[in-house]
Amino acid sequence: MTASVTQTPILRRVGNFLRDNPVIPLIVLLLVLVAVLQYLRPGIVNERWIANTIKFAIPLAMIAACQTLTMLTGGIDLSAGIVATVASFVMATQVPLVGVGPAIAYAMIAAVLVGLLNGVGVAFFRVHPLIMTLGSGLIATGCLQVYQRLVIASGSSVPEFLTWLGTGRWGVVPNAMIVFLPFAALILWAQSRTGFGRLLYAVGSNERAARLSGVRAWQVYLALYVLSALIAGVAGLLYIGMIRTASLSLANALMLPSVAAAVVGGTSIFGGRGGYGGTIVGALILTVLGTLLTLLQMPEGARRVLFGAIILAVTAIYVRLTDQG
Amino acid sequence: MTEAQADMPILDAVGISKSFGAVAALKDASLRVGRGEIVALMGANGAGKSTLVKILTGVLRRDGGEIRINGQARSVRNPRRARAAGLVPVYQEPSLIPDLDVRANLRLGDTPVEPFMARVKELGIEGLRLDDMIGALPLATLRILDLARALASEPDVLMLDEMTAALPADLVERVLKVVRAEAKAGRSVIYISHRFNEIAQICDRATVLRDGHTVGDLRIEPGVEDRIVELMLGQSLGEGLRVEPRAVARDGTPRVRVRGLRAGTKLGDVSFDLHRGEVLGVVALEGQGQDELFDVLAGFRKPDAGGFDLDGTPARFGHPADAIAAGLTYVPGDRSEGLLMARSVRENIALPLLARPRNWGAIRMKDEATRVKAAIEKLQIDTRAQGEVRKLSGGNQQKVTIGRWVATGVDTLLLFDPTRGIDVRTKRQIYGLVRELSDQGAAVLFYTSELDEVLQACDRAVVIFNGRVVDEIDTQTADHQLLLRAAYGLTEKDRLEAAS
Repeated sequence: MTASVTQTPILRRVGNFLRDNPVIPLIVLLLVLVAVLQYLRPGIVNERWIANTIKFAIPLAMIAACQTLTMLTGGIDLSAGIVATVASFVMATQVPLVGVGPAIAYAMIAAVLVGLLNGVGVAFFRVHPLIMTLGSGLIATGCLQVYQRLVIASGSSVPEFLTWLGTGRWGVVPNAMIVFLPFAALILWAQSRTGFGRLLYAVGSNERAARLSGVRAWQVYLALYVLSALIAGVAGLLYIGMIRTASLSLANALMLPSVAAAVVGGTSIFGGRGGYGGTIVGALILTVLGTLLTLLQMPEGARRVLFGAIILAVTAIYVRLTDQG
Repeated sequence: MTEAQADMPILDAVGISKSFGAVAALKDASLRVGRGEIVALMGANGAGKSTLVKILTGVLRRDGGEIRINGQARSVRNPRRARAAGLVPVYQEPSLIPDLDVRANLRLGDTPVEPFMARVKELGIEGLRLDDMIGALPLATLRILDLARALASEPDVLMLDEMTAALPADLVERVLKVVRAEAKAGRSVIYISHRFNEIAQICDRATVLRDGHTVGDLRIEPGVEDRIVELMLGQSLGEGLRVEPRAVARDGTPRVRVRGLRAGTKLGDVSFDLHRGEVLGVVALEGQGQDELFDVLAGFRKPDAGGFDLDGTPARFGHPADAIAAGLTYVPGDRSEGLLMARSVRENIALPLLARPRNWGAIRMKDEATRVKAAIEKLQIDTRAQGEVRKLSGGNQQKVTIGRWVATGVDTLLLFDPTRGIDVRTKRQIYGLVRELSDQGAAVLFYTSELDEVLQACDRAVVIFNGRVVDEIDTQTADHQLLLRAAYGLTEKDRLEAAS
């Protein structure tokens, strides 16, 4: 911070570079955190640790994809964590009743229903996404509680292939990468190389300009929130494979970290800027940071304070450096 | 003049100058208003009228010059000081807060309620209640309330900016009568208007601005409008560049036939034909309904009455996408309205190609690159700053908004003041492009706030005044003066009436 007073030109040049390559400083930060960890606990960074870190970053990164895509349009999806929970719970409780295939189908239908609700609210009734997804998340939670009473007798089970995906690893590579790698590649490709991806940026940077170019924004919003719910649903299935027990609040705790991952990853909450590449690194940073703070053996309260403060500091510096705003 | 006025002027602004960066908006502007006098402040677009008014009302700070009120030099540093000194403005845009009721708005400005209500009655608004929400009242009423509020504060000098715009004829009469009576009672008025007949009815003098200078101060008398037009015009503009004549076939079915179009309070009843292969100019002063006309044609709003035919078939748009599908593409004057400022040139130009859901899939990148490159070359866009459009110059930005439609193929182009604030060379390139497109069969509707452009870019022009088409101009025979007179609603017929 002291450097910024005396050496503005250099800082600006650094800023320009970061602006063109926004993922690089994040990767540097990630490596620094890993180095600090290794310094504090020599030997902790091994094959198993890396595989575990990646494994736990994956569901977070997937839910953060929901945040990234909606944030590109200036929105947000606060229902994503709950949708993941709903999908996992419906799937796990339906497996004993109807078998694996139909159970997964029901789970995805439940997820899409929430997405449709969000999409209709944002696209047609122009409800702010923050409120819309907060509301739909509450509704979904309520419905899930009612649903639980109906299936309480039948119990639940997690299909074997999901636990294999969720818990297995191959060297440093967790099995979940089989799902995540193609998923991430698809999102990264779609955000810049498909019409839909471009329209997310367009609607988020200037909705009037998009309208003037013939874009019907409601179509974009509707498709976006349904897509977001689908992603959250898949993330939920993957996550329950890791945790191996159905619960009514399984992925809800990923909600706020997913927003943080997208923001730390350089996606502007005001729309039109950012992308999924930064978000992936952001999710890794948050996961490593979590481990680090646990290792410091601080009381839970202090850990949270530090976690929040670091996120705010990283975001503030990053936004300043890359001149968003 | 000074000797003629026995008593001291209430407001005397001398040698006012003001620059915005490198652009000098005012160089040497002076305005003098005597007690009980109504002075018209006149000037073409960009002459500096609004800058001068903003300085007098404390919205802007002057760079140089002096403002004397009752003979004493005063600094009107902010709007509050200006008000305290007795200078009260009524701006074109209503300054009441729409989400509050009348009473709360009055309280905000410390306006006394009783005198305010008396003024409202006097100005011809019946049945106004203090708990009426401002947002629910029509525009004409709001303008009257603004005036009533200004009058209730008992100002020494009242500044009225296009007070009668958006008012129906009966309210105009009322307002003029009240203003006249106020002047008789000793209040002074600065009256900014484009309407010569109103100025002739109530003003004592007219002060004319051109290019930031006060170029004349005239007593209002029959026939003075010609002098005023001459002064606004200046000598510097002789025969400029002129569009080359060409034959346009206007006997077939017009591409666009606008019939009795009405929208909002400003666009009253507009009809004209636009043919393929022609560039049709729209001559209009600020706020004569041209914004609404373009909004309707571009699909941003629906007409209240009337409509338009495309190639002889009635059309109605619910969304700009409908207009684009029908071949009508719109280029706004405000570039921040049309561009994704933080995105690349390529993304901006390719945007309309991706708008429809069936184009939401994979982009054929090579195909897109070819199209974008063709558009960039055709418009000679300087794309050294490829990364973000906001880093381009204004002219290049505007080329991007036009290039967007060139990349998709132009049928009918709606240009709304496309050369606003861009340099001469780029302007010429845009005229050339527009002409080339129309040679290839495109129909172009071209509104510009700079009258000279009409002669340089259009085959003919329609004049819209007060929401109606009042004249049609042949750009081969017209000169600047004729255009300016026409824009002010002065047709040959009016002049004869005024003379008799």
